[in-house]
Amino acid sequence: MTVVLETRNLVKKFGGITATDNVSFKLRKGARHALIGPNGAGKTTFVNQLSGVLQPTSGTVLLGGQDITGWSARRRAISGLARTFQINQLFADFTPAQTIVLAIAERENKGWEWFRPAGTRSEYVDEAVELLRSLGLSDVLDQRVGSLAYGRQRLLEIAIAVAAKPHVLLLDEPAAGVPESERDQILDVVSALPEEVALVLIEHDMDLVFRFARSISVLVNGALFVEGTPSEIANDPRVRQVYLGEEELLHV
Amino acid sequence: MTDFTDDRLRARESVISGSRWYWPEFLFWIAAASLFFLVPTKLTLLSEIFILGLMALSIDLVLGFAGIVTLGQAAFFGLGAYSAALMAKHGYGAFLFGIIPVNDPLLGLVVAAIVAGIVGFATSFLVLRGSDLTRLMVTLGVGLIIEELANKMKSVTGGSDGLQGVMPAPVLGKWDFDLYGQVAFCYTLAVLFVMFMLVRRLVHSPFGLSLKAIKQNPLRARTIGMPVNARLVAVYTIAAMIAGVAGGLLSQTTQFGSLDMVAFHRSADALLILIFGGAGYLYGGLVGAVAFRVMQDFLGNITPQYWQFWLGVILLILVLFVRGGILGLLRNGREFLSHPGAAKAGAGAVLRALIERRSPLALIFFKGAAKKVISDKRSERDGESGKGAGGV
Ligand SMILES: Nc1ncnc2c1ncn2[C@@H]1O[C@H](COP(=O)(O)OP(=O)(O)OP(=O)(O)O)[C@@H](O)[C@H]1O
Ligand SMILES: [Mg+2]
Repeated sequence: MTVVLETRNLVKKFGGITATDNVSFKLRKGARHALIGPNGAGKTTFVNQLSGVLQPTSGTVLLGGQDITGWSARRRAISGLARTFQINQLFADFTPAQTIVLAIAERENKGWEWFRPAGTRSEYVDEAVELLRSLGLSDVLDQRVGSLAYGRQRLLEIAIAVAAKPHVLLLDEPAAGVPESERDQILDVVSALPEEVALVLIEHDMDLVFRFARSISVLVNGALFVEGTPSEIANDPRVRQVYLGEEELLHV
Repeated sequence: MTDFTDDRLRARESVISGSRWYWPEFLFWIAAASLFFLVPTKLTLLSEIFILGLMALSIDLVLGFAGIVTLGQAAFFGLGAYSAALMAKHGYGAFLFGIIPVNDPLLGLVVAAIVAGIVGFATSFLVLRGSDLTRLMVTLGVGLIIEELANKMKSVTGGSDGLQGVMPAPVLGKWDFDLYGQVAFCYTLAVLFVMFMLVRRLVHSPFGLSLKAIKQNPLRARTIGMPVNARLVAVYTIAAMIAGVAGGLLSQTTQFGSLDMVAFHRSADALLILIFGGAGYLYGGLVGAVAFRVMQDFLGNITPQYWQFWLGVILLILVLFVRGGILGLLRNGREFLSHPGAAKAGAGAVLRALIERRSPLALIFFKGAAKKVISDKRSERDGESGKGAGGV
């Protein structure tokens, strides 16, 4: 399978801290990849550099073989790279419906349209409703986002990224703060994505990780510690060492 | 599971609702037009209010929708005013394409919008980054530079003597500006209405939605692929053009151009008017302009010496304690009426806000009420949890 996203010797330093330590990483088309690691390992920092929210100190990022290190977050987004944030980044005064219609309008390059009311594009509204329903958000689709329960906001965060119809989707702890009962919806939506979409899931819930992933990378202290299939990772004594105290992994 | 068709309707409604006309809007415009017959002696003042409202609308677009604070809108207003005035002054007797008089008022407005738009575009890059404070300072700086340029370029602007001999051609080749301000009234109201309708379309379009999105969360806006800076440049330029049109209207209808039209106080007034009426509602600038001038008149009659003092007090109270200005007040009021239970909670919230701000004014006025709320809260909490914690 072709490599869609790649980093070469990626380094990010915050003053004295090396948050990303010489990471060379390849993500293939259709990947179901989990990125795990203890708190502070540098997972979010890594995703921030992939999505253009942060500039690396050195190294390169490639999307579809093209060097995108200097690209803005916006340009990466319109090139098919979408992400969710560990800390919700939503439009608090919009409704979920407005949010997704806007995201679709931007995807369709209609963001400059200034005369026709957004709500009259029924194909966008229909698509938004479809998506929100798949995440179980249909009952709140016309409520103010800022007033939604945290778990619901979390699901909307995912909906925004999915609405972009990306080739590469980076999910930074999507299930954190989502009630147990609603976590399956996240996996359902993610599984419903086209097979060729490359997915990266950052997650501490090992149950979710092992149900989702076909390959796993472990990040420790900013560096890629080990990569492998779920069973390789689950049985790797070094990984157990790193996760000592985190019981979930041992149960797999 | 909710029904798909029903979800669709609700989703559509939630996206489209703002763009639909509500009956108070019809009322507003009918009332505005009928003033022509109701107060025929005050038409000039009314034209001036419309112009103020149009300028405040331009600030609403950048502040209320895109979230850029500005204290420099008078620069664009003034550029528009001088452009239109110069066209009317020097264009007399000349014709464009042999038919359109160069001093035609509408042509003047187009030129006013273009000139203001060019300067707005050029200076928009200065407000892309930075905090609110930086933006205030930058827009203030640009405003002061334009003001000083107008002052220095005496040969063009007439400096402090002003620009005399501004003689616009009849509106649409038919209606000459008259002494009673009848034509001026109709002309400004018509232009205001057209501009307002355009802005109204704009804010409910995907472009308008994107502006509100940028105001709420620029990071998210970028990561869904929005060209944030380009959108801000666009809206700043559009707002400059609208302010330019407002300025053009003033110099055409008063047949005079003056430094007062680029002066800093105009920026400050217009910003106050908008906040007074309520930013982000579209009608805030118009409502604010009316309230502002009516209050100015009213207070000026009771206390000719101190009206500005009382105006200041009222503004402070409104800005500090009523978020969303007059329209915000009305909206909250409507919500109270539709949810009677909310009224009590709302009143409590206002009082709590007053107390938490620890504003001396609030404490003087509301000490008694505040005490009661505190003791109520305490007994409520004590009742619930069985243990009391002191101090607010
Ligand atoms: N903007 C920043 N400035 C300084 N240090 C930072 C910054 N962002 C992250 N760090 C540091 O970089 C390291 C990696 O942080 P990061 O948030 O990427 O970890 P993470 O793997 O996502 O952790 P978690 O599982 O808790 O989300 C941490 O030591 C963190 O303190
Ligand atoms: Mg993280």
